[in-house]
Amino acid sequence: MKISEKDVEHVARLARLTLEPADLTIMTGQMDALLGYVEKLNELDTEGVEPMAHAVPMSNAFRDDEMKPPIGIERALQNAPAAAAGCFKVPKIIE
Amino acid sequence: MNSRYEVVIGLEVHVQLTTKTKIFCGCSTGFGQSPNSQTCPVCLGLPGALPVLNRQVVDDAIKAGLATNCQIAPDSIFARKNYFYPDLPKGYQISQFELPICEHGWLDIETEGSGKKRLGITRIHMEEDAGKLLHNEDNSSSVDLNRACTPLLEVVSEPDMRSSEEAIAYLKQLHQIVVYLGICDGNLEEGSFRCDANVSIRPWGQKELGTRSELKNLNSFRYIKQAIEYEVERQIDVIDAGEKVVQETRLFDPDAGVSRSMRGKEEAHDYRYFPDPDLLPLQVSADWVEQVRSSLPELSAAKLQRYQDEMGLPVYDAGVISADRQLAEYFEALVEQYNQPKICSNWVMGEVLGALKEKNLTIDQCPVSPELLAGILQRIDDNTISGKIAKTVFEEIWQNGKTADQVIEEKGLKQVTDTGEIEAIVAAVIAANPGQVAEYRAGKEKLMGFFVGQVMQASKGKANPGMANALLKKKLTEM
Repeated sequence: MKISEKDVEHVARLARLTLEPADLTIMTGQMDALLGYVEKLNELDTEGVEPMAHAVPMSNAFRDDEMKPPIGIERALQNAPAAAAGCFKVPKIIE
Repeated sequence: MNSRYEVVIGLEVHVQLTTKTKIFCGCSTGFGQSPNSQTCPVCLGLPGALPVLNRQVVDDAIKAGLATNCQIAPDSIFARKNYFYPDLPKGYQISQFELPICEHGWLDIETEGSGKKRLGITRIHMEEDAGKLLHNEDNSSSVDLNRACTPLLEVVSEPDMRSSEEAIAYLKQLHQIVVYLGICDGNLEEGSFRCDANVSIRPWGQKELGTRSELKNLNSFRYIKQAIEYEVERQIDVIDAGEKVVQETRLFDPDAGVSRSMRGKEEAHDYRYFPDPDLLPLQVSADWVEQVRSSLPELSAAKLQRYQDEMGLPVYDAGVISADRQLAEYFEALVEQYNQPKICSNWVMGEVLGALKEKNLTIDQCPVSPELLAGILQRIDDNTISGKIAKTVFEEIWQNGKTADQVIEEKGLKQVTDTGEIEAIVAAVIAANPGQVAEYRAGKEKLMGFFVGQVMQASKGKANPGMANALLKKKLTEM
């Protein structure tokens, strides 16, 4: 096993997911299988191959520093679960 | 600073850029607008919206890198920094992690405590800012995403500073550079130049760094100094009490002069950086770098040197004038019209800065332009007015924006150089002060100042002081 239940718990917490113990066991098995599958790539000899950050052979897509009209406060807040005074309203979180 | 422990400080500075639009979308970066009025699908983090990099941000990052002696990376990439917080709509911040645009720079500082010193800059990277949270009474928070996606440069120093004094010298210099470059407005209170300080202590001679705490919320140079000094004392107390410093983020409260722990660092931070698939790699050619290099303004350190070497200004004058780009430009424009740098610096630091301070204005609001001021100085040179009257002329121009010649003409301030006229005044002054005349003739030569003063007063300041002096001397000795 490359992945332990503890790893899955940790990742779940980072993703703000609550997993039932039964799910945790299933997930651990599935994630381990996934990693095992991808692990096969390590058999390739990549000596001398430049690491790449992107799958397409392109670079430098820019925009000029020119203003575009915003979508407007009303539309910006259209999907907000709660809104007040032009703002998204969320439970208070202070870290 | 302390006899038992060496202080180690590293600084992270967030520089908010002055681009018109955000880093990945065309929304305005203007400050103080209605909440969420400057937003679009990209900066709201709506699914499917794609970020496109603002070219100006790259230009600005290269400028900052060159001005701080960094190497500009030919290849760099953007990464996602993943965490949840209500001011971060996507659930990740687009930043740079591996392959930042600038690395391996340095700044030279000079302090009283440690003299000249070179401080390393680890890296400068581009990233987007988060939105703003306003905490309400009813246990809720309001989210304003106008600031979300505003371009920032994060400048990370090496842990090279050994005192709060060095830290402040570094920050002031970096601040001066980004303002000089015109890439940041430098406003600390509004958060355009934000500083986090990593502070640790270690026994002298120890190689490993001590456990550090990260100080946040430092929005003035004074608070930064206070916060660092408070933190050093706090850590010494912790160690002296036999306890261990814990790695944590601390928030400085300037009113109370203390810092409070925000959270332990080890548990909360697992950002899972990975290359952002939405953004293509960035390639900066040598040509691009050279193009930016040729557009760089002369920076304050270079001006400071040049003002001394080529213009012969004292280090103090050169320092005051070169510290502010606009002041330096004003001064240089003045010298261009009136090529006597020391006289120019006297006027700029004296009359100009004095009047600006009194009226609470900045140099770009100065009603007396360099051209108008040069006009005054030329009239002193050709003996049309005295240095004293020149100050009156300066005040007049400040009020009405006229030229020196107009003011001199209209107010009748032309210096009296007519021998006959001055002789008449001299005679009158001598006649009116027989007591002083007797004393002077008895050897109290200091009284010459008094007589010249009387003549200047009687002529309303218009008599040529040199001529008054000479004529007085002649008359008084002839008697």
